Amino acid sequence: MIRKVAAVAALLALFGVSQVHAQAPNWAKVRIGVEANYPPFSLMSTDGKFSGFDIDIANAICAEMKAECTLVSQEWDGMMPALNAKKFDMIVASMSITEERKKSADFSDSYYDIPSAWVAKAGTFKDVNAAALKGKKIIVTRNTPRAKFVQENFKDSEILLVAKEAEVTMELAAGRGDIGFGSSLAATAAFLKSPEGKGYSKVGTPITLGGAKEGGGVGIAMRKGEDTLRTKVNAALKTITANGVYKTINDKYFDVNIRGE
Amino acid sequence: MQWHIIMESLPLYVDGIRTTLVLLFISLASSFVLSVPLAVARVSPNRWLSKPVWFYTYVLRGTPLLVQLFILYHGLAQFEAVRESVLWVAFKNAWFCAWLAFTLNSTAYTTEIFAGALKATAIGEIEAARSYGLSGFKLYSRILLPGALRRALPQYSNEVVGLMHATAIASTVTLVDITRVARDVNANYLLVTESFGVAALIYFVLTFTLVGIFKLLERRFLRHLRPQSSATAT
Repeated sequence: MIRKVAAVAALLALFGVSQVHAQAPNWAKVRIGVEANYPPFSLMSTDGKFSGFDIDIANAICAEMKAECTLVSQEWDGMMPALNAKKFDMIVASMSITEERKKSADFSDSYYDIPSAWVAKAGTFKDVNAAALKGKKIIVTRNTPRAKFVQENFKDSEILLVAKEAEVTMELAAGRGDIGFGSSLAATAAFLKSPEGKGYSKVGTPITLGGAKEGGGVGIAMRKGEDTLRTKVNAALKTITANGVYKTINDKYFDVNIRGE
Repeated sequence: MQWHIIMESLPLYVDGIRTTLVLLFISLASSFVLSVPLAVARVSPNRWLSKPVWFYTYVLRGTPLLVQLFILYHGLAQFEAVRESVLWVAFKNAWFCAWLAFTLNSTAYTTEIFAGALKATAIGEIEAARSYGLSGFKLYSRILLPGALRRALPQYSNEVVGLMHATAIASTVTLVDITRVARDVNANYLLVTESFGVAALIYFVLTFTLVGIFKLLERRFLRHLRPQSSATAT
């Protein structure tokens, strides 16, 4: 009897140890999936070096976690399969946190949240509401909280869904729509300051959709159940926000604060 | 596998199939209509007729379809002159740009296929036709083209299947075809296997349907090329 108990206890201990060993790595090494094709958040230079806001945040979190990090470039469509295949352990690729996505992955706290802004030819719209945009064509990036917002609130408008954020203003300039609804940063910093943006202006005030406070915003995706990693990432995110590291990175790229807290 | 996501997305896939098929058939119809006269011109002994067609098929087959579509959709939109001309009514529309790109591209390949089949016409057939007094238009419409189009069926079926797969790039200019639906479902639910798996299955079924239709057409129009069975021999 005693022997049996001892055997079971030993087995349990062994199992427990191996559990710890296999399931809970100490995260001294973390591999991070990045898109490298979404300036200024992430891009890759011709010599293969990553740069951008997402990259700096990823590195800052790693430094705070005292982890050795490797960045892995991955096309957006393949992000989740690569994460699940353990090619990397987390995704820092400006991924918006949505209820649907939470079913497939766990997310860190939001690490940035940019308000959305309306852009149109100067003088065409005074205000933005369902009545003013009735019968007009709105350009918005597909599969984003912004697209969902427009589809739900502007039912009498035509909607042109484009694949990438940059195409919102590109199609607007090309005249394929009447008004664009996009990231307030892409709209101002990139478009309105460019030669193509001449004669265009923001309409109304930028708005925050399902922001960080409501569980939205942009987060870091991880495999479901990697709670140790998630706790570490969230703690690191809190620290870099508090100690000013986040602000330094923020100011390197943007003239507004995008932390969204 | 989360198949309930796929079940919920099925109506989107059905819309995607419709877009893919409409795009395929309008492009096939226009490229067929253009290819037949162009193929005749391509085999003409008159260099003023044959060389321009050769040049056209050479250029269109020498650049990727994606690039051609981007030039039509994004490229032309860069020019204010284009945006202010009457043409813009058409080029503003993603459907028009996709249809035009697919038509121009498919016409180039189909013209070469038909021209090849025309060139392969047995000299005896032409001599026989001439001895009956057929020449010019009648020679082409009664003897050369019917024979050539029949013989071109197997290669033409490849072009049709190829064009069907190529319609996937219409999604880059905002059209919501099967591929776009798959990418949307993946982006929203992060389920790559399910979303693209369904798309692959749909393309697979469409391919085999098209191949099957061409097999039936070949059986009907190329009966004389099949080995004769004893029943038909008697």
